[in-house]
Amino acid sequence: MEHIKTIETRNLCDSAKNGGCGECQTSCQSACKTSCGIANQYCENTKESK
Amino acid sequence: MVHQYKLGGYNIVLDICSGAIHVVDDLAYDIVSVFEAKDRDAVLLEMKEKHSDKNLSDEELGRCYDQVAGLKEQGKLFSPDTFESMAGALKEKTAGVVKALCLHISHTCNLNCSYCFASQGNYHGERAVMSFEVGKQALDYLIANSGTRKNLEVDFFGGEPLMNFQVVKDLVAYAREVEKEHGKNFRFTLTTNGLLIDDDVIEFANKEMSNVVLSLDGRKEIHDRFRVDYAGNGSWEKIVPKFQKLVEARGGKNYYMRGTFTHANPDFLADIQQMLDLGFRELSMEPVVCAKGDPSELTEEDKAIVLDQYEKLAELMLERDKEGKPFTFYHYMIDLTGGPCIYKRISGCGSGTEYMAVTPWGDLYPCHQFVGEEKFKLGDVWNGVTKPEIQDEFMGCNVYARKECHDCWARLYCSGGCAANAYHSTGSIKGVYEYGCDLFRKRMECAIMVAIARAFGDNK
Repeated sequence: MEHIKTIETRNLCDSAKNGGCGECQTSCQSACKTSCGIANQYCENTKESK
Repeated sequence: MVHQYKLGGYNIVLDICSGAIHVVDDLAYDIVSVFEAKDRDAVLLEMKEKHSDKNLSDEELGRCYDQVAGLKEQGKLFSPDTFESMAGALKEKTAGVVKALCLHISHTCNLNCSYCFASQGNYHGERAVMSFEVGKQALDYLIANSGTRKNLEVDFFGGEPLMNFQVVKDLVAYAREVEKEHGKNFRFTLTTNGLLIDDDVIEFANKEMSNVVLSLDGRKEIHDRFRVDYAGNGSWEKIVPKFQKLVEARGGKNYYMRGTFTHANPDFLADIQQMLDLGFRELSMEPVVCAKGDPSELTEEDKAIVLDQYEKLAELMLERDKEGKPFTFYHYMIDLTGGPCIYKRISGCGSGTEYMAVTPWGDLYPCHQFVGEEKFKLGDVWNGVTKPEIQDEFMGCNVYARKECHDCWARLYCSGGCAANAYHSTGSIKGVYEYGCDLFRKRMECAIMVAIARAFGDNK
């Protein structure tokens, strides 16, 4: 019986190894302007995006 | 840290520090909830009793326990937070680099919305428009201080930026003229209330703006309650056809139909529905930002309604997927496989460091929401940051700077929250705007549930 299904996600621990290029969008800047969240941003560095 | 919740028919388990997301059955859900507190035998004994109706064999119970244990071994459950020492690393690495500016192109507005955080566009100061010379200096400052950053983001904001449209056009022309020689790529955004949109604006915006943010609060009676001109007339009838024309001509380029909900409409899903009925598909609906005691302020009673609306919004998104009429909601956009790296997730929003706002007079502030708060003035576009002590405060804003965030499961989804919201609710940029946190956590639960349903193809 399958009790657990794991969704494919970016491994945050691995992203520590080569992340941090800083090219990604700044805060709420080009959007809502009133609340901060970074989960909906995407990584500009496609080579590091997985 | 693990966060588990049930929503949309799914049992969801988030492993916060690895970013792993699991969908589990009832047995695994219950095992996860006690896994760290008890040993194997005690857990299995408890589960045998709790799930006696399922007639599971001891072997099956053990198999489920071992699957949970296996995920822990693989670093996908109960993974420790090992990131604290990295906090601030990205900001230190990029200290002095500016990559985004919000140009307050017009500190005046042709609407008189009482709930406006910008105080009807003038930010509690003089009405003014930005000159080309000030704007050009701001762009030169950005280019000169952007280091190796290629993509530079510039927002035309106000007040109402189209009240100074010629300067917007001239600044974009200037940026396009100089971007290549400096190896840069400008991405512009225009935020507008829509009143001055005409064919010229539409053509320009769709050619030059990476994004346009269009202010519409949804239902006519809701929108016209606040978004009125100086004679008190509602603006809904005037702007909706203009927005429809602009979006249709946009040909798929990004836009947000952005509404504000207040104490007058915590049932904001009806406003989302109105936006959909008008043909808009890229939507954002934001809780009002206002002073304490303002009549439009959301109350504790409103909160329960708002949280319920967020869940219903998630259901609506999946229903619309099934009908082949999908739409996006800004806060439910989540890229599980390609989202931000851990440095971004722990380093805070970037206000006051890589992002600043520029007033019509060329003064620099940490972000658009601090404009008008004189003590946060950082410097100006001619001399740069002349008060580094203020910038240092913002440099220190990260997930680990706020003790309230230490035990919050959503911290790597919000990056520590909005410094302006924190300041306005607690008096410190390192405070926590609890009300906003409650809303944020619900939005993330909903966003992840929608992403799971889509990953499983349950939205088809």
